[in-house]
Amino acid sequence: MDNLLSIVTFLPLVAALILGVFLRGEDAAAQLNAKRLALAATSATFLISLALWVEFDPSDTGFQLVEQTDWLFGLTYKVGVDGISVLFVLLTTFLMPITIASCWGVTHRVKEYMIALLVLETLMIGVFVALDLVLFYLFFEAGLIPMFLIIGIWGGKDRIYAAFKFFLYTFLGSVLMLVAMIAMYVDAGTTDIVALLDHEFAAGPVNLMGWQVAGGMQMLLWLAFFASFAVKMPMWPVHTWLPDAHVQAPTAGSVVLAAILLKMGGYGFLRFSLPMFPVASDIMAPLVLWLSVIAIIYTSLVAMVQEDMKKLIAYSSVAHMGFVTMGIFAANQQGVDGAIFQMISHGFISGALFLCVGVIYDRMHTRDIDAYGGLVVRMPAYAAIFMLFTMANVGLPGTSGFVGEFLTLIGVFQVNTWVGVLAATGVILSAAYALWLYRRVVFGDLIKESLKSITDMTRREKAIFAPLVVMTLLLGVYPSLVTDMIGPSVEALVSTYDLALAAHAADAMVAAND
Amino acid sequence: METILLFAPLVGALIAGFGWRIIGETGAQVVATGMLFLSCLLSWVIFLGFDGTTHTHSLFTWIESGTLFTDWAIRIDRLTAIMLIVITSVSALVHLYSFGYMAHDDNFRHGESYRPRFFAYLSFFTFAMLMLVTADNLLQLFFGWEGVGVASYLLIGFYYRKPSAGAAAMKAFIVNRVGDFGFLLGIFALFWLSDSIQFDVILPMGAEFGQMKISFLGMELNAANTIAMLLFIGAMGKSAQLFLHTWLPDAMEGPTPVSALIHAATMVTAGVFLVCRMSPLMEYAPFATNFIIVMGAATAFFAATVGLVQNDIKRVIAYSTCSQLGYMFVAAGVGVYSVAMFHLFTHAFFKAMLFLGAGSVIHAMHHEQDMRHYGGLRKKIPYTFAAMMIGTLAITGVGVPTTYVGFAGFFSKDAVVESAYAFGGQLGQYAFWALILAAVFTSFYSWRLMFLTFFGAPRGNKHTHEHAHESPWTMLVPLGVLAVGAVFSGVVWYNSFFGKTDAVGRFFGVPYEVAESHGESDAAHGTDAKPEGKGYAHYNLVGAPGEGAIHAAADNTILNDAHEVPKWVKWSPFFAMILGLVTAYWFYIVNPSLPRRLAENQRYLYQFLLNKWYFDEVYDFVFLRPAGWLGRFLWKRGDGAVIDGGINGLALGLIPLITRLAGRAQSGYIFTYAFAMVLGIVVLVTWVTLRAAG
Repeated sequence: MDNLLSIVTFLPLVAALILGVFLRGEDAAAQLNAKRLALAATSATFLISLALWVEFDPSDTGFQLVEQTDWLFGLTYKVGVDGISVLFVLLTTFLMPITIASCWGVTHRVKEYMIALLVLETLMIGVFVALDLVLFYLFFEAGLIPMFLIIGIWGGKDRIYAAFKFFLYTFLGSVLMLVAMIAMYVDAGTTDIVALLDHEFAAGPVNLMGWQVAGGMQMLLWLAFFASFAVKMPMWPVHTWLPDAHVQAPTAGSVVLAAILLKMGGYGFLRFSLPMFPVASDIMAPLVLWLSVIAIIYTSLVAMVQEDMKKLIAYSSVAHMGFVTMGIFAANQQGVDGAIFQMISHGFISGALFLCVGVIYDRMHTRDIDAYGGLVVRMPAYAAIFMLFTMANVGLPGTSGFVGEFLTLIGVFQVNTWVGVLAATGVILSAAYALWLYRRVVFGDLIKESLKSITDMTRREKAIFAPLVVMTLLLGVYPSLVTDMIGPSVEALVSTYDLALAAHAADAMVAAND
Repeated sequence: METILLFAPLVGALIAGFGWRIIGETGAQVVATGMLFLSCLLSWVIFLGFDGTTHTHSLFTWIESGTLFTDWAIRIDRLTAIMLIVITSVSALVHLYSFGYMAHDDNFRHGESYRPRFFAYLSFFTFAMLMLVTADNLLQLFFGWEGVGVASYLLIGFYYRKPSAGAAAMKAFIVNRVGDFGFLLGIFALFWLSDSIQFDVILPMGAEFGQMKISFLGMELNAANTIAMLLFIGAMGKSAQLFLHTWLPDAMEGPTPVSALIHAATMVTAGVFLVCRMSPLMEYAPFATNFIIVMGAATAFFAATVGLVQNDIKRVIAYSTCSQLGYMFVAAGVGVYSVAMFHLFTHAFFKAMLFLGAGSVIHAMHHEQDMRHYGGLRKKIPYTFAAMMIGTLAITGVGVPTTYVGFAGFFSKDAVVESAYAFGGQLGQYAFWALILAAVFTSFYSWRLMFLTFFGAPRGNKHTHEHAHESPWTMLVPLGVLAVGAVFSGVVWYNSFFGKTDAVGRFFGVPYEVAESHGESDAAHGTDAKPEGKGYAHYNLVGAPGEGAIHAAADNTILNDAHEVPKWVKWSPFFAMILGLVTAYWFYIVNPSLPRRLAENQRYLYQFLLNKWYFDEVYDFVFLRPAGWLGRFLWKRGDGAVIDGGINGLALGLIPLITRLAGRAQSGYIFTYAFAMVLGIVVLVTWVTLRAAG
């Protein structure tokens, strides 16, 4: 299959087009057809993407399954995957059928909803496979439009405020990233990411309006990308859009947002910041590490006092992403392995947690923690599944949540013990907020009148959770499934990074001696 | 065989937990219990047939990243073998006991099935605990460590309708996490220095760690001390040592069999096991081991004082457990790991029995737990009374000093006390006296429990007392079996744990040699040692770090010295026991109005003890409230006022402009955004095309 990646990327888009052109009517039958088609398309995409698993050779650290062709205006369409990106593609294709299945109960503008989700899938996969700057930018930014529509049309009552906030945050980052991309093109003469990875951007200090900038051009580019990726992650202090967006988003929107969209920032750091601007990354690493630590402690404390379930989980996501940025900028094998693992694992766990909220939101139409209590009495299956993912979120060994947390921590400990120690307090804090949530929602006697007739999960709901349960436990017990795929590529990334730093240090030494 | 032993409880848990709808509730209970008895049988086979050499059986890779490598493995050495029989024996008996104890429970409504869930949790706990002790690396140990934590959490919160159970479960997990925080940092530091967390690699490096420095939090510290301290923080959490003990008494919210298995015999001793497992490191970490002695002795004393005045029968035993764990840590801290394991071993039997006996009393008294409402139960539940009596004789250490006559606790507790004295110096004196005082209190509260429960006149509900009934055989058989352990486990294995050094060395697979011929070529080595028989010879353990199950540094001769302590030291625990017994007898049999008067006279002291030295109140004030306050502050002020406020302020000027341009406020932003993005792409594309053309 020469066009494997393109097929995986654009199959959902084709399905969206078919839906848009051929499906007519708003009656129940048409709605069901739309859902069925979307589910079939995303499932097919997932099944095809499994070929990636087979075709991909982990020992080859270069890009594989590369496709290249000319496109509009002399631009190049180039896609490919390496060990860093391949699992994100699989994560996306894995989660989309689950996401679609979770919105079976939606009745409002179903066709458009399905189209938005399908288009979103294409754009998200595109981000992870794009090997051309322009293509990357297109996917990266366009992905926000369907997300906006999902929040803006199918969201809660304050959706406009959330959209507004999201807009403000992302806009500045996008503009700066665009400028940086143009500058990179000017400097290197190409928009090919593979070529850019080999290009050495100047790192000598430059004078900018009277300011001496260490790291020079690398630093300026790094900062521009950072502005965009940090918002996406989101890192403290530009995280406040996320809780609001989650609260307003419908369940499917929250799942996609937390499980996949947040990973674009981390992917960006690994694809651009670390390998292309190593000197700047090295200079800025302490700052990122400290921001990560603040994120972990600060948002965990904030999560503890939330009254809204979704907000609590959203804040917990920010804390978990703190481990990711920390691992990436520890810039050693364990740190980066752990960061990627944490992103994959967080995809399953946070997705499942938002689905857990969705299950009871569908029944009670409130996310207020105080409205619940004692659910275990009437919903034992729900209590068990929620327990599993709560523990996974807490980072219990044996679940996938532990591996990423452990590896990032052990990675960063070797770089900076202060950061390692402070970040490890997240182990305590996450237990506090997650178990506090669980206790208030699930434990206790069921005394609230409104909950007396609540029903346990249906067969369909259980089926939605089943794959997530399997993945969370499987990766927790046998994480080599992931680390074997990413290991060699991460090793290459780290050693190239170290070599670049050593070369730069040697250059600086020579310059100083001259 | 090891694999079957290890996974049988997991299989039992899964079948009971998920299959009970098919095989029925009783079927689930039978399967889980059967699996445990299978495990127990295999454990005894391994323990009795163990030849002293460590062997490891790898299953498959777990976490691998760069030089970090861990696998799922089963490592069997003497420490593991001891833990195996403790865990599986107590667990199998507790499973059996639970048939009777959990048969009816008022915490659940008619038709709610809770028994399969209970058995599944118990079996899962056992599996996690076995993973902990069979680990061949620190990370798998940590897996078991956290696994037992979760099982404990689930079982403490088993009566989910009770808010107090939910709170206690959460508290147990979070306080343990504080310990885990230290444990994890210890693992990180070890890996940083040695590039491995496999026992095969790190244990032999013990002496090297003693020479290494680690730069930790900007300080240059001794590596062995730092790592040992961090690991011990983990042990403090799990084994409920002072400052991290607050969860253990609250954990009594769980059903009583849980308290017997988890919060007395097995899980809480994991910290002691960890310290013994890491003995090759501990031996070269003098600061850390001194700290362990201080904490252990302080805990033994503190918990015993609180135990004096508690009225809930289970809480008395819980504080007693806490106190006895302190004894074990003192033994480990002074460097006599075999004695720490000895006390762990005997304590498992008599403490599990005391808890199960208490459960039998509670069962008889319709879930009344307040001892003030007991009294005169001796005739009503004679078998339970007999079992509790044996347990009390064992825990208070009844026996004849300098002979081999006594209950299990007599041997192990005296061994701890003598070792502490033999350690010498101010620290040894402090530990010795703290333990002796704790022994007085132990005797007092144990007999107080007995007298209040079984003697005197019935004080509680008349109806309840009259209907008090002996428990079914499923509950009495475990009591009987444990009673055998509480009587004989001390005397039978005395020589192996605390005999002459050669016996201990042989038992733990550690090479030893004659002390006088130390370093000479004719030294007898290993298990095939043939002492140069003059009938009496001193031996020293001479194994290299990591050789055998425990390690003693070259200058560590406490095991020998402990046998040479003065006579009065050997007799002092005996007098302590007598003193406690006599006082309790006087207070609760001869003059029952005395305790109340004393409590009124010494009101502040009484309140101080009754409120457990106000630890909960202080923690609430120092940690919980500020955390909540800080969280709210960061949320409302940090996120709300500063961050959002700043951005909104920036935006206030910008947004109306954009919305006006976009026209419709409803979806305006979305289209504006799309527009801006398209514009951006156009700029980029134009630029690229122009450049490419030119």
